[in-house]
Amino acid sequence: MLSLVTFLPLVGALVIFFAVKDNPKLVRYLAMGISLLTFLVSLLLLKGFDNSTAAFQFMEEAAWLPAYGITYRMGVDGISLPFVLLTALLTPICILASWESIQTQVKGYMVAFLALESFVIGVFCALDFILFYIFWEAMLIPMFLLIGIWGGKNRVYAAYKFFLYTLAGSVLMLVAILVMGFKGGTFSIPALMGMPFSFALQVWLFLGLFSSFAVKVPMWPVHTWLPDAHVEAPTAGSVILAGILLKMGAYGFLRFSLPILPDASRYFVPFIFALSLVAIVYTALVALMQKDLKKLIAYSSVSHMGFVTIGLFAYNQQGLEGGILQMVNHGVVAGGLFLLVGVIYDRMHTREIARFGGLAQRMPVYAVIFMVFTMASVGLPGTNGFIGEFLILLGAYLANKGVAVVAATGLVLGAAYMLWMFKKVLFGVVRNDEVAALKDMSMREIALFVPLLILVLWIGFYPAPFLKMMHASVEQLLIQANTIKAGSAAIAMF
Amino acid sequence: MAVQLPEMNLVLLSPEILLSLVAMGLLLMSAWTGKESRGVIGMITLSGIVLAAVVLAGLSSATPSITLGGHFVDDRLARAMKWLLLIATAFPLLMSRDYLAQRGLDSGEYYVLTVTALIGAMAMVSAGSFLVLYLGLELMSLSIYVLAAYDRDHLPSSEAGLKYFILGSLASGILLYGVSLVYGATGSTVFTGVAQAIKAAEHISPVLLLGAALVVMAISFKVAAAPFHMWAPDVYEGAPTSVTAFIAVMPKVAAFTVFFRVLLEAFGALQGHWAPMLQLMAVVTLAVGSLGAIAQSNIKRLLAYSSIGHVGFLLIGLTTGNQLGHQSVIFYLTTYLFMSFGAFCVVLVLNRQGIGDQIGDYAGLAKKRPLLAFVMAMFMFSMAGIPPLAGFIAKLYVLMAAVKAGLLGLAVISVIFAAIGAFYYLRIVKIIYFEAAEQSFSMELSVSHRIVLGVSAILVLVLGIFPGKLLDWSLASVQALL
Repeated sequence: MLSLVTFLPLVGALVIFFAVKDNPKLVRYLAMGISLLTFLVSLLLLKGFDNSTAAFQFMEEAAWLPAYGITYRMGVDGISLPFVLLTALLTPICILASWESIQTQVKGYMVAFLALESFVIGVFCALDFILFYIFWEAMLIPMFLLIGIWGGKNRVYAAYKFFLYTLAGSVLMLVAILVMGFKGGTFSIPALMGMPFSFALQVWLFLGLFSSFAVKVPMWPVHTWLPDAHVEAPTAGSVILAGILLKMGAYGFLRFSLPILPDASRYFVPFIFALSLVAIVYTALVALMQKDLKKLIAYSSVSHMGFVTIGLFAYNQQGLEGGILQMVNHGVVAGGLFLLVGVIYDRMHTREIARFGGLAQRMPVYAVIFMVFTMASVGLPGTNGFIGEFLILLGAYLANKGVAVVAATGLVLGAAYMLWMFKKVLFGVVRNDEVAALKDMSMREIALFVPLLILVLWIGFYPAPFLKMMHASVEQLLIQANTIKAGSAAIAMF
Repeated sequence: MAVQLPEMNLVLLSPEILLSLVAMGLLLMSAWTGKESRGVIGMITLSGIVLAAVVLAGLSSATPSITLGGHFVDDRLARAMKWLLLIATAFPLLMSRDYLAQRGLDSGEYYVLTVTALIGAMAMVSAGSFLVLYLGLELMSLSIYVLAAYDRDHLPSSEAGLKYFILGSLASGILLYGVSLVYGATGSTVFTGVAQAIKAAEHISPVLLLGAALVVMAISFKVAAAPFHMWAPDVYEGAPTSVTAFIAVMPKVAAFTVFFRVLLEAFGALQGHWAPMLQLMAVVTLAVGSLGAIAQSNIKRLLAYSSIGHVGFLLIGLTTGNQLGHQSVIFYLTTYLFMSFGAFCVVLVLNRQGIGDQIGDYAGLAKKRPLLAFVMAMFMFSMAGIPPLAGFIAKLYVLMAAVKAGLLGLAVISVIFAAIGAFYYLRIVKIIYFEAAEQSFSMELSVSHRIVLGVSAILVLVLGIFPGKLLDWSLASVQALL
């Protein structure tokens, strides 16, 4: 079942690449069909998922390279399932969003997109470290092409920066993975969770993994690839980047650093907190200064992901669940915001905030939807952003009061730049002819936002089912994260 | 006193004997027939290689053994590497038929020299002593020098041949000097004899160490490991592209096998001495390979630096001293073979339309020829070591071996250079995919191009996803070494 969800898009991509003539219409419908089918299968996963256990479910195992304990091993738990679902949901939306804005090399675009979906779902399902790494890296290829071929003016630079930043981080992770594999005698992730590593080794391994995850999250100061990649990527590329790729880094912390290297993770909590706080405050300030809509949202992403990392390293149920929920929230909200930017970019071919103004008069439906997502991003009660940030702050408060206070200022700054942007873009008088000529959204465009809006409000008003899904797994993760693997004497010695 | 002849099991030499006959036949044919029979000569050469492969396959049932008084070894490693050598000779011939015909280079001697180079390389991988090693190396090298200079109306080609010859002869001289020192210290040229003498000696004499170091240096020259890589970019660039493809792979396969034999069989007891030397060389080689390629605008020069980078990885696998490392070298060589030939085949296909070796000329290939661009991108990503392609598994196993041997520093350095190296592979992808098309790219692919590209592309993909069989094969071929 997991293999089906993972490889269905890839198989579809191959079919389109080899069997379909370059007929944009047919390619679009095929890609849409395949991604919807994938989403349906992922819903079946949700249906069959047992909330009450923390164990990995839908396990699949096949011998792959048995000589060194490398196995094809897939499975999901309450931590990874939300991301599988999110990926499966966002991909059809992205394909729909690219329906008209992508006119060149449609076939290649759809193939790359479906391949990307496959690899990303694979990242969240893989339970073998080498398999995980393969998906993790393979994902770079389609994303590199998506940014580089269908991106904006400065796309080549952005594509390079994205690829090389990520690769440089990842290769160090590979070495850490190999060391772990040889010390532990297996690359199986569940087995490694119970493996006692000495403290000094854990510290090095943590740094190896950190180099990769921190780039992906992205944490300050290795976040600089993100604004470039976001600005240059096509709309759907930005949505996937913000919605899913950024989550991969945080997911890495959850899946590997916390349970496998608990002692080192605890050791590095102040370090992570410090970087996260800088990210929250500094990038929020940077976002205040942005003239480009996409750049503003990109910096806000870094700021929001700072919240997530604080939540994950708060070491309590509230912080962790808030962090995971906020990852989903951010995927939905930032995805929605990028789509909204895409809608006006398709019409006006600019993203400069100063060029807009008075959009609300011309595009009332657009304005309402924009408002909901802005409020969710700010964290207004009743939207999903509130639940996530509230839980994180609660968790942070329990862990370290000072951190919670500083992080909270990020919320204020977030409200400042988002509302400022909202006012500039949507309110005021219509000052230029281009805006005056704007038409409101088409049915296709409205359809993009419906599922996202439902999620925003659903999680905002009734988050219980979502929290319940991850509850058992988070509890177990906390137990793992709080165990002392290395003797306390070893830690004291270090 | 009767002269005692060593036992001679010529059956074990049958592939080499067969190829020698083919080479002589070709020489006679090309002397007696005119221009019109040129296509036929190419076909005969290919059939000769296929026949040699059949004979080699027939040999596989014979138990591995040593003949000619220890000078000729026919073990699993030799057989495995002979397979690679046959492919490494057949593929360039297949993909360069039009190229040679277009330039009027397809005279009989070209094929004769290719086959003699192959025989030399096969002798090298079967060498049981420094004598056979030297003979094979010289036969291979001399043939290749001439091939590099084969396009004699083209000045860079002559220059390449001359440069290769002068530096190659220097390396041969170094090898001979090293061998003579080793002989002086141990009293034997046969690898096993040398090994026994080293084991029996109470202390390791400096003469032996100097000799061993010189031998290692000479072989390093053949694989273009830094700092003995200087010839590679110029020769790669100047030689006819068909020859470049040939010398990019075949001599490396042979020389790495020689590394196995010399380092593990003869100097196995000296590992503490040669391992640090090779590790240092590996680091320098990786640095030269990945940094040197960045500024290149000629695809052949770029591939030269890229091959230097790959040699760096191969050297790491070699120095780990564990079976995993040796296995990874064989696996790496095999994947390197297919990646390189795939890339060179694309270069040759584009050459047909008069598109030169400048990378900039490839701009926009993806828009006109999506499939050709796709396979080229695949080879580039594979060389960069991005999963799920074969190049990744190859690097993964080298790294695993390094980690297993505790060479963590080396592993970290190598992955950092791999990341830097990714930059220039990406540049090719960028030019192919992201830039507007300036050429029409209307050339047709001949059947042999399709075969080479198809086989290489499929193997690069399949070996990346299901590497198990080839890994087993690699392991089996190095198992007898330890």
